[in-house]
This record gives sequence, C-alpha cells and structure tokens, in this order.
Amino acid sequence: MLRVERLSMRFGGLLAVDGLSFDVRRGDITALIGPNGAGKTTVFNCITGFYKPTTGRIAMSAEGLADPDAIDALTRSSSRERNGIHLLERMPDHEIARHARVARTFQNIRLFAGMSALENLIVAQHRPLMRASIFSLAGLVGAPSFRAAENAAKQKAGDWLARINLLDRADDPAGALPYGDQRRLEIARAMCADPVLLCLDEPAAGLNPRESADLTALLRMIRDEFGVSLLLIEHDMSVVMEISDHIVVLDYGRKIADGTPAEIRADPSVIAAYLGVPDEEVDAVVQEALS
Amino acid sequence: MAETPVAEHRPASAALAEAARVGLIAGALAFPVLALRAEPDFSNRLVLQPRWSWMLGAAVAGFAGRLLLSLLPPRRPKTAQAAQAKRASRRAAQAFAAFGLGLIFIWPLLVLLALGPGGALKWIDNYGVQILIYVMLGWGLNIVVGLAGLLDLGYVAFYAVGAYSYALLATNYGASFWICLPVAGCLAAFWGVLLGFPVLRLRGDYLAIVTLAFGEIIRIVLINFSALTNGDAGIASIPRATFFGLPFVPGPKGFDAFFGLPFSPIHRVVFLYYLILALALVTNLATLRLRRLPIGRAWEALREDEIACRSLGIDTTKTKLTAFALGAMFGGFAGAFFAARQGFVSPSSFNFTESATILAIVVLGGRGSQIGVAAAAIAIVGGSELLRELDFLKHVFGEDFDPTQYRMLLVGLAMVMMMNWRPRGFVSTREPSIFLGARKQIGGDFVKEGRG
Repeated sequence: MLRVERLSMRFGGLLAVDGLSFDVRRGDITALIGPNGAGKTTVFNCITGFYKPTTGRIAMSAEGLADPDAIDALTRSSSRERNGIHLLERMPDHEIARHARVARTFQNIRLFAGMSALENLIVAQHRPLMRASIFSLAGLVGAPSFRAAENAAKQKAGDWLARINLLDRADDPAGALPYGDQRRLEIARAMCADPVLLCLDEPAAGLNPRESADLTALLRMIRDEFGVSLLLIEHDMSVVMEISDHIVVLDYGRKIADGTPAEIRADPSVIAAYLGVPDEEVDAVVQEALS
Repeated sequence: MAETPVAEHRPASAALAEAARVGLIAGALAFPVLALRAEPDFSNRLVLQPRWSWMLGAAVAGFAGRLLLSLLPPRRPKTAQAAQAKRASRRAAQAFAAFGLGLIFIWPLLVLLALGPGGALKWIDNYGVQILIYVMLGWGLNIVVGLAGLLDLGYVAFYAVGAYSYALLATNYGASFWICLPVAGCLAAFWGVLLGFPVLRLRGDYLAIVTLAFGEIIRIVLINFSALTNGDAGIASIPRATFFGLPFVPGPKGFDAFFGLPFSPIHRVVFLYYLILALALVTNLATLRLRRLPIGRAWEALREDEIACRSLGIDTTKTKLTAFALGAMFGGFAGAFFAARQGFVSPSSFNFTESATILAIVVLGGRGSQIGVAAAAIAIVGGSELLRELDFLKHVFGEDFDPTQYRMLLVGLAMVMMMNWRPRGFVSTREPSIFLGARKQIGGDFVKEGRG
C-alpha cells in the first residue's frame, strides 16, 4: 500500500537517507531496523510529511499496492491525489494524516500531557467532530447532530481506553500516567485518527518484557481486528522478529537487506552492520552465525 | 477546614523568642536607614537628626510580623484530611463564585442605595465599568494566550481597532452603536487574521516580539494617519451608546423622560455597567462553549504539543488563525464599548502598558482559567484604583506625604509577591473539557504553557 522509491534526504552535507526504496504491503507488519543513526526516523518523517524529501517518491494507496503506471501518470501531473493514490512527498503533514490516513507515534512520547487520557483520544477525532460541528456553529448552539457525533467520539475513545486497560484512568492527565501506559495511549490516540497505515517509532523503547508482550498483542490486535497495516521502527529484536511479516534493514541511509524475519536473521550483511565488523571478516561472522 | 492546635507545632515561648530576634534585627537594620536623618543646618552643614520612633516602629513591625507567621498553622502534609479540606475549599470557592456573581449583578443598585446618585458615580464607573472592560479584555486574550498558548504582547491593537471603528463609523456616518458593535468585532477579527499570517511560523520570544511590534504599528499608524484618525488629538464627541435608540440626555426625547424619571447622569453609567457586563458574560459563555468544541480542544492541544497535533491531521494554521481572530474579535467589542463610553478616543489610550496590563491579568489569573482571569482583573484594576484612596496615610506620615506616588510601587510589589507565591496564577488547575467518570481537576504541573 506504500511504495517508497529512491528516497533521499540531505541535511546540509549529510546524506541521511540515500536512494532508499521499499514497499509496505497491506495487512503486513513491516519493520524498519538498523543501527543508531541509520536514518530510520528520517524515513518516518519523510513518509509522514514532517520532512520534505530531497528527492524520491512516496506513493500511498489504501487499497493495496497501486499500479506503477498509475503512479507514474500521477507523478507527471501536478496533482497530489488521483484514484485513491496519494503522493505523500507533495503533501503537508496534517493532510497526510487526514487524507492519506497515515498516523504515527513518536520516539519521545508526544501526548498532550495536560489533557486527560480521554481528551487525548477525543482530540485525535478532530476531523469528524469538526465536520459535525459545522464551523463550530452547530456546536455552539448544541445541535443534536453534534451531540450525537460527540457521543460517538466519546464511545470510541472509551472503547480504546478499555482495550489498553486505561478505562479507570480516563480522566487523569496523560502526563501523570506511567511510561508504559503513555506508550499505549499514544498508539490508541493514533488509532482514533482512523488510519489505514500506522507508523510507530520505537514503540517498545523503555518497556519491560511484560509490557513488550502486551504491546505485541496490541499491535497484532490492531492489524487483525482493524485491518490497519503497520510500519514500525524498533530496536528490540525479540519484538521485531516475533511480529514482523517483513523487515527492511537500513545502514548509513541505505537499504542493506529486505525480507522475512528468517531471511534477515541469516543475512550476513545485517549481522556485519549490527556487530560492526570490517568487510573482510564478514564471512567469518556468517560462518559463526550459521553453525 | 480542620483546626490545627497551635501547641502541636511550636511552643509559644519559642515563637516569642524568634519574634524578638527578628524584631532586633529589623531594628538594627533600620538604624542607619531610618533612625538617622542628615539635614543641612543654617550654615549648610549636614547634621544628624535622630528619629528613634521610626526605628522603634520597624522593630515592632518585625516582631509582630514574625509572631503572626508563627501563629499561622504550618503546612500540613497531604493526607485524607487534606483532601477533605481541599474538597471543602473547592465548595467554598464555588460558593464564593456564586456570591461574587450575585454581587456583580446588584453592585450598581447596592452602591446607589448606599451612597446616593452623587457618591455612587465613581464606584460604578471606576470600579464597575472600568474593571469589567478589563475582565472582558482578559477573557478575550485568554483565548490566545491561555488556551492556544500563543504569547501575544500586542493585544491592545485590536482594542484600538474596535474603538476607532466605532469612533469613525459613528462620527462620519452616524451609525448607531448596535450596528457598529458587530462591525467593530469583525474588523478586529480581520486584523487578528492579518497579524496571524506572518507570525504562524514564529514561536515563543519571536512571536512575542512580532506581536509587540504589531501593537506599536497600529498605534503609530493611528498617530500619523491624521487625515483619517485626527492624529494625536484623537476623535472627540463620539455619539454615546443609546438605550435601544433612547439617548441619555435631558429633555423630552431622552431616556429619563421616556420612563418618566428625573434626569440624572447616573442612569447612563448604570446602563453602561449592565451593557459591559452583558458583553463580558457573552465573551465568557462563548469561550466556555468553544473550549468544549473540537476547535477549543484543538487550541489546547496546540498549546500542549503542536507536532502531535499535525500528526493527527489538525491544520495548525487554521487553528492558530481562529484563535487570533476570536481573541481579537472580543477585543474589538470591548474597544467599541470603550469608545462609546468615553466619547473620545486617542492613540495614547492604546500604548504598550495596556497590552502589558491585560497580559498581566491573564497570567496572574492563571492561563486558561476564566474565573481566575476575572479575579485577577478585579485585583489588578480594582486594586490599583483602591490605592488611590490612601489619604488616611497622611495622618500617619504627615501632610507632606503623597500616597498616590506609592500606588504603582505597591501594585508592583503585590504582583511580585503573588507570582512568587503562586507562579501559575490564582487558578493553576485545568478542568477537562470532557469526562467519562468523575470530573477531576488537572494539576498545573502537567499543563503546558505553550511555546508560542
């Protein structure tokens, strides 16, 4: 559903991402891994519109991988969207979230700390509520249609709070929740924005093994029950190997491997990148890994 | 409130000893500063004149102050009892708010009954109307600063736009106040959007500087565009607000004759009081309503974390512009009322001090809190007016003493103490806009102040 092609991002003299291409298939959990500084978060920021890529194309379509010819035709035109295909590099961040329906979480949690957990999930449903409030006029007079929309939003938020076991803390400030709960709340908030692709930046960072297991279950549930595809950056290899259908490995801004967890585990260049061995010793490392 | 036994924290003798020590120190400190005064004698040489009574006064004040502090109950640890006390204090606060609102409604009538038409004029005009204008301005700025977290140092510009809109429309075209009021609001909102566009990408200090400059630009344009605004001289004889077409003038066509009352200027002031009260309450109701709508939640979310807002599909550009526009609109309403009340506007009414006062009201009240802002407006505007009534101090310090000179010093001192005591303002907690179980206050520690 997401096709990244020859994506490059340059910051001054630093080439953070260098000609990266990969696909995210619909219904898959795709993991983006690599050593620190490999450019994973930069790729995320390009996909979600927080950075404008220097070169490259990012095509998103909710209906699964789009026809390459249709993407080319759209690229030649000046528009951002046609027949359900969005060219993300042409869109500002909030439109990517709204129209292309790509939601994300952040490496350093970005909850609205001074708002309650419930409010966080209601803010995420800004678009449908805004539409129901009709330029705030229906909301100001308390029209029944707006009340109904608000109740539906509250229902949905309550449902998500129940799923992440935070129903009893719904009215507490998000900033007062324990770290693991904040991580889950941020994922629930992104889900309330009604995405088709959810991008998670290190969702398991700082979680203990039990919380990691809960997280894995939550991510599986998101994929299976809501049909939302997932793209995640993660350093915790046990989580990555357990839930990913497809792994893309980055090092120094380039893709060094792309495949199923089993393939990645056996890939010598991945092992070399992670262990930091000189090229001439790669063979030795691979031999060791296979034995 | 739970009572605290004095004996529990400190024996009386220790408190007395401590107070005596502080008294001695105060006296010693006062010796070179207060007790010795150098005066030139007939041959123009300085001689020291002792003023022992002043030194004694300082020592006694230090003693009494320290003793009073020791008698006050100490800070209690947080317990169930404290929680109960907190609930009780919240109930007391609610009762106080209801009482305050009632008092505000009957204030002019109360003063009128107590002091008669002659004496009541000052108390309704200076203490009533003046404070309510600032309450309204504070509530308007609260949308921008308190909810959206955008630091605006040029808010007075919109007040000026509203005032000049009414002044120009009424003097040039004879338009009535009730038609000009929405026009002034719309024009101010338009200028709010105009200010909003260039500052969209700015944050924090930079935003503050640009809004400050905008306020000054408006004022300087008003001074220099004399063909339209009559420059520094201002616009005089602006038609006053009428009671739905009935002017407050003596004679058969006036308000008083229509209702068969004897003519009195107090009727106009009472009418103005209720008019600004209604305008302020409309501002308050609209803000409280907006806070519970998606747009209001987006403002607060913007204050908390702008990047997260964008990741959720919220158009931060539009969100900021609506905050600027709505805040400016209420400022414009207040400005139109100001012009109709004074009958005269000039650029000197809209200098930076006004912006600073309004911002001080919002910060002192607690950003985002409506009741806090109202209380702060009463404290700052009413308090600094009250300090004009310090003539009794002449009996203490002699006839040469001019108490009004100390007015702003005392206001400043009070604000410094307030911001030390409650750095987040009178009301630091935030009420959630929607709740599932019980409505819980959110502590000020979690609420962000916005980075512009």
